[in-house]
Amino acid sequence: MAADVAIEAEGLCKSYGDVRALEQVDLQVPAGTVLGLLGPNGAGKTTAVRILTTLLPPDGGSARVAGLDVTRQAQELRTKIGLAGQYAAVDENLTGAENLEMVGRLYHLPKGEPAARAVELLERFDLSDAADRLVRTYSGGMRRRLDLAAALVARPPVLFLDEPTTGLDPRSRIALWETIEGRVAQGTTVLLTTQYLDEADRLADRISVIDRGRVIAEGSSDELKDQLGGERLDVTLESEADTEAAIAALEPVASERPALHDGVLRMPIRQRKGAIAEAVRRLHEAGVGIDDVAMTRPTLDDVFLTLTGHAAEAEDGDGAEEGER
Amino acid sequence: MSGFRYALSDTLVLARRSLLRIPRAPDLLLSFTVQPIMFVLLFAYVFGGAIETPGYSYIDFLMPGIIVQTMSFGGFVTALGLSEDLRKGLIDRFRSLPMSRAAVLAGRTLADIVTNTVSIAIMLGVGVIAGFSFDAPLLHILAGILLLLLFGYAFSWVFAFVGLTSSSPEAAQSLGFIVIFPLTFVSSAFVPVDSMPAALQAFAEVNPFTIVVDAMRHLFLGAPVGDHTVWGAVAWSLGITLFFAYLSVARYKRAVVR
Repeated sequence: MAADVAIEAEGLCKSYGDVRALEQVDLQVPAGTVLGLLGPNGAGKTTAVRILTTLLPPDGGSARVAGLDVTRQAQELRTKIGLAGQYAAVDENLTGAENLEMVGRLYHLPKGEPAARAVELLERFDLSDAADRLVRTYSGGMRRRLDLAAALVARPPVLFLDEPTTGLDPRSRIALWETIEGRVAQGTTVLLTTQYLDEADRLADRISVIDRGRVIAEGSSDELKDQLGGERLDVTLESEADTEAAIAALEPVASERPALHDGVLRMPIRQRKGAIAEAVRRLHEAGVGIDDVAMTRPTLDDVFLTLTGHAAEAEDGDGAEEGER
Repeated sequence: MSGFRYALSDTLVLARRSLLRIPRAPDLLLSFTVQPIMFVLLFAYVFGGAIETPGYSYIDFLMPGIIVQTMSFGGFVTALGLSEDLRKGLIDRFRSLPMSRAAVLAGRTLADIVTNTVSIAIMLGVGVIAGFSFDAPLLHILAGILLLLLFGYAFSWVFAFVGLTSSSPEAAQSLGFIVIFPLTFVSSAFVPVDSMPAALQAFAEVNPFTIVVDAMRHLFLGAPVGDHTVWGAVAWSLGITLFFAYLSVARYKRAVVR
């Protein structure tokens, strides 16, 4: 395996009884990048994370994290990873500081280091004021921050975040995203599972779309959107009387004949580059007045819907992966 | 030996965590302080007049039995705690750390020894007020207290296994009680075995609870059972500890969150 690949999985399989949670999953995450594992509830995201963090042995296939095999070198591997889960795994009856110190001791950090790291992380996660309060008095957002802080205690080079923002309010979500981005800027490799498309779009360098235990698409956010082929131009005319003239003028730019939807002339385009300028020039030459021109790209939502035939975000919205939790 | 040193320090870190919980969420405090007092008083004064215990006053007969029963339930704190840790994802976190695989369980069971010690002190105090008196050399009494803690430790491991295998804290608790309660009653803990119907008597005579309670009567009251019963009680305690520690650690290693 190449030295700059932080997470590598080949042909991972896992079944629970008759339920095949993972079927031949391949993943590759270059060091210092973020892989978003995107999929609906029950897709197998959590199972993949549990295998990669040594919590669950795979039935088949192999995986290495930070160069160490998840089954044969599990104990050494655990010194290289941090895990933050969708359920904030912190002890409610300890204070924030006690939680982080406990984790530091269990990582066997040198004497004095667990307490120092606790102070440092509480400060960074804006929890200093609550350091000596029992965690059961914390809000949901505070618990998540503490959970993430716990994952960072030993400064692990590889971080696994299983739906880190599920159930958080928008402000806490954005704050958590910024923290994750900060870690990545310092060279940490992150594998992030999410069912939120905007989260994958914002944080992930590459996205693996997973559904029913299989990776069904892989690429950067832009590449996935491009697979839909779907950039289109929406032109609003000053006067609908010009519609026919506008269609005639725009046909060379469009890959299909432009059509009118709710007063907006909509067309898929042949080529993104220069499309707006070309359209405006042609309309101008044809003497058609323009009110608005917009280039629209498909969202990851569209990608997801096209790939899987169903929407990404769960209807029940509780974030639990059935059969795994 | 650094592996052993880490295992020991991990265990102490987690035992401390279990003990810190007690004053902070005092619900558990009731179960190992008030509950034993209540049992001593109820048994002594409600059943005391009705049960024939030749050679002993009922309170003398009762105390070894009821303390042994209380020890066997002391471990439910471990079952509750583990079941909660599983549900809340803490076991996942611990299992993703480079720590000893036995430390979470060993830490909890170690903490139970502390709470069991408190229970013993409270029960003996209440017992003495209610009329109990030791009739044995000090060395025997101390040995008796050690045997109680050892037996309690064995059941902490039983409860560790229960906590890791049951679906909720409530299920862990009721499963423990359904299995252990009858075992303590069909023994020499509360009534002389020869007052039971023949079938129950046969069971009671081989019941480890009978062996441990008889050993305790020897150590606290000088009852004539002999040293082999005491060693039998020690052997049962160690056997239960090893058997359930093995099962529990194996279970912990592949623990799944439900």
